[in-house]
Amino acid sequence: MSGTPEREGTLADGWELVVGLEVHVELSTATKLFCGCANRFGDEPNTNVCPVCLGLPGSLPVVNAAAVDFAMRLGRALGCEVRPAVFARKNYFYPDMPKDYQISQYDQPTNTDGCLELPDGHVVGIERAHIEEDTGKTTHVGTGGRIHDADYALVDYNRAGVPLVEIVSRPDIRTAEQARTYVRELRAILLAIGVSDARMEEGSMRVDANVSVRPVGSNELRTRCEIKNLSSLRSLGRAIAFEADRHVDLWSGGERPRQETRHWDEAQGRTTPGRSKEDAEDYRYFQDPDLVPLAPSADQVAAIDAALPVLPAARRAGLLAAGVGAVSAEESALLVERDQDALVRAAVEVGADPGLTATRVCNDLAVDDWSKVTPDGLAALIGLETSGQITATQAKQVLAEMVEAGDDPAAIAERRGFQAMAGDDLAATVDQVIAGNPEEWQRFCSGDDAARKKLSGFFIGQVMRATRGQADGGAVNRLLRGRAELF
Amino acid sequence: MSGRISRDEAAHVARLARLRFSDDELDELAAQLSAVLDHAADVEALDVSGIEPTSHPQPLTDVTRADEVRPSLERDEVLAQAPSVAEGQFRVPPILGEAP
Repeated sequence: MSGTPEREGTLADGWELVVGLEVHVELSTATKLFCGCANRFGDEPNTNVCPVCLGLPGSLPVVNAAAVDFAMRLGRALGCEVRPAVFARKNYFYPDMPKDYQISQYDQPTNTDGCLELPDGHVVGIERAHIEEDTGKTTHVGTGGRIHDADYALVDYNRAGVPLVEIVSRPDIRTAEQARTYVRELRAILLAIGVSDARMEEGSMRVDANVSVRPVGSNELRTRCEIKNLSSLRSLGRAIAFEADRHVDLWSGGERPRQETRHWDEAQGRTTPGRSKEDAEDYRYFQDPDLVPLAPSADQVAAIDAALPVLPAARRAGLLAAGVGAVSAEESALLVERDQDALVRAAVEVGADPGLTATRVCNDLAVDDWSKVTPDGLAALIGLETSGQITATQAKQVLAEMVEAGDDPAAIAERRGFQAMAGDDLAATVDQVIAGNPEEWQRFCSGDDAARKKLSGFFIGQVMRATRGQADGGAVNRLLRGRAELF
Repeated sequence: MSGRISRDEAAHVARLARLRFSDDELDELAAQLSAVLDHAADVEALDVSGIEPTSHPQPLTDVTRADEVRPSLERDEVLAQAPSVAEGQFRVPPILGEAP
């Protein structure tokens, strides 16, 4: 993940950021939470609706067993305690829910007290992960499409009743970068256990951030604002950084933030005030009389635990143990995210260089279908590269062909006429290039590291041109440094 | 009448439920709601240690269904119930404010 251009994660001196995240995740069940309508994104509006999800009188909800199973699976993956739970009605008047209430879990949620460990070891507590139904989709129609100048609104209830889990973290996040890492890690877990496709851009994973600040060294929780409408990791980071600065400015000026919901405006790069949170307790929650409690048995929970796959954190640890620890945390996270860690480990086991294997797979195997690349084939390719038989550029091309045809790398390299130049030929070419560029060579020998780095790029380019790309860049660099007696 | 609920509180609850009452009606409702809370207070005074909370009158848990798609309603039939329709959707008045 590349950083955003904005300054992030550092606050004005003396202030600390305090963030908790609420992440809504749509579960990838076949049907909705309380009825048999299809749970499918992108269908024609109002085609997946029935008396239950339209809230018609006399209809009765029945819980989808798979949704409960998925929710408990997620709870256990987050180290939560899975408890007996009851469904409650959250009452409000807004046309996105035709019943005028949303069925959720309130004081007795399915999952409580878990945690999520970030790749750098920072632990974020999970307060709860409860089951609820999604709302319908409202589109405001009118000049400009903004809520306040809409002429009318259109409502599509295909999403109403889709099963969600809301994962509520404790306010343990201290930087905007940590917030993004938390969401990435949560997403990796969701994908690993197969309960959601967790696509922020399609809205199947939605993040709200509760942001406040406090003086460094204090343990108090000051007034927080809840930021909504965060549809990408980039928005999440920028919004938190903006909001934190706003709070510091307010407190520093002798004012205090108002507890409210705020919206992130991506184009303007700022948050704007929304609903005041003063009425937050007015949803008149009560237990839904149409639904009986969930009471998962110890056996049920044990079965879920037994069926959990190896989670991303453990898989990263597995890479480390296999000697792939030389690669960056980013690389190992990416390998696990793409499900390529087992391939890398297997290639390393049969002798491939760990660092180069990880880098080659991270950079040059970013494809959807890499099923034709076997551990042995990958190891053979890395072997050709480390032994100097082919160059890095050639290795990338061979790998691309392995993805398509799944052939043996040595055969591909031979067919394409790939071979790195033999050492003696290469040395002769390097000497010719040095002789042809005496001024640059003088500066290379006498310059500082930065100048030398720049000039080695120049020399490698010249050698590449002279050899029509057959030279190995690393080998040229070694020859240059050798001739300048820089060892 | 214990006065556990004031007229203002009754009016607040009515507003949340989008119900409109006259002052006389609010006084009457406040008295009735207070009586309900009096009863709850009586029950609360009992020693119930060691008794599991009853969340449902029927002794049932985990009533679930299999995750199998069943036919939805025909859209034309669904939208025929709506006072106003546009583009295959329910058309509602402009909404001031945001979803909760």
